[in-house]
Amino acid sequence: MRPLNQLRPSDPPKAPEPIHARAMDNLRFIRETMERAGSFTAVPGWGGFLIGITAVGAAALAGPSVQAARWRMAWLTEAVLAVTLGVLTTRRKAKLASISLASGPGRRFLMSLVAPLVSGALLTVALSRNGSYETLPGLWLLLYGTGIVTGGAFSVRVVPIMGLCFIALGAAALILPSPAAELFMGLGFGGLHIIFGLIIARKYGG
Amino acid sequence: MAKPNTRQNPAPGRAQRSSVRQLQGLKAAERIPELDSLIHERMRLGIVSALAAADSLTFNELKDLLKTTDGNVSVHARKLEEADYVHCTKSFDGRIPRTEYRLTAVGRQALQRYLDHMEALVSAARARPEK
Repeated sequence: MRPLNQLRPSDPPKAPEPIHARAMDNLRFIRETMERAGSFTAVPGWGGFLIGITAVGAAALAGPSVQAARWRMAWLTEAVLAVTLGVLTTRRKAKLASISLASGPGRRFLMSLVAPLVSGALLTVALSRNGSYETLPGLWLLLYGTGIVTGGAFSVRVVPIMGLCFIALGAAALILPSPAAELFMGLGFGGLHIIFGLIIARKYGG
Repeated sequence: MAKPNTRQNPAPGRAQRSSVRQLQGLKAAERIPELDSLIHERMRLGIVSALAAADSLTFNELKDLLKTTDGNVSVHARKLEEADYVHCTKSFDGRIPRTEYRLTAVGRQALQRYLDHMEALVSAARARPEK
């Protein structure tokens, strides 16, 4: 409410604002509101950054070859750690923004991400039975990237771009021989998470 | 003592009407459609614009997005609902009640008409010869 001294009748009447200026102001308000409503991302930037740091650690511990049990153990442990970090930081971000994850952009992102991750887990079991470990890095990068692209399709642009980078690395990992594929795991889950996590954290609310 | 003005948005007030009158003499203004006063109000315009971009939003999401109060969202969303501009769904998230809003086809058309209206006003002002 305006202070009372602004409501005194002795105040000189203000000249009416030109209608086109008011119309432009309304158009600006609509655009800004639509941007705010459409641009909330439930994707936690700091969570992505932390996952990136732990992934760099996993890459260092895993060693150069996917054929070694140590490599698979390191990355599977990292997967569990990343999911835990992802869930905790997503919930924290949603809570700070007073946004429900049960609806809206948060729900859309999670639903889109879960399906490719579950598919990836099932394919990992199937491929491991046959001993086809060499396809795992490319498969994981591709499916994770797919989840990020589909989940981030209605989010801020940087999210699907991150997903596309994962898909590109996944495609390269499937084509190029070892140890390039193993290196791309560190570059993707480590490097991309750190870079895009920082961008999202700084520009889109944490 | 003069009664304080408790209206939160004086936008569609006297100045707006006088400006519309200013334009009524212009040929370009003849093409300007009638103003939808329902979504001209700033809070309702905000709700409709947000829902046009976000598919569906909960009561709290709208409140935070528009930086307003429970009462404001409630009153204005109800008016939009009565006009069939938005659709409201009430459910429970565990024990917590949740109200979710979506823009209807009627609401989307209304926003489009309003955008056309504003653009027409800007075009009319641009077409007006300098004095």
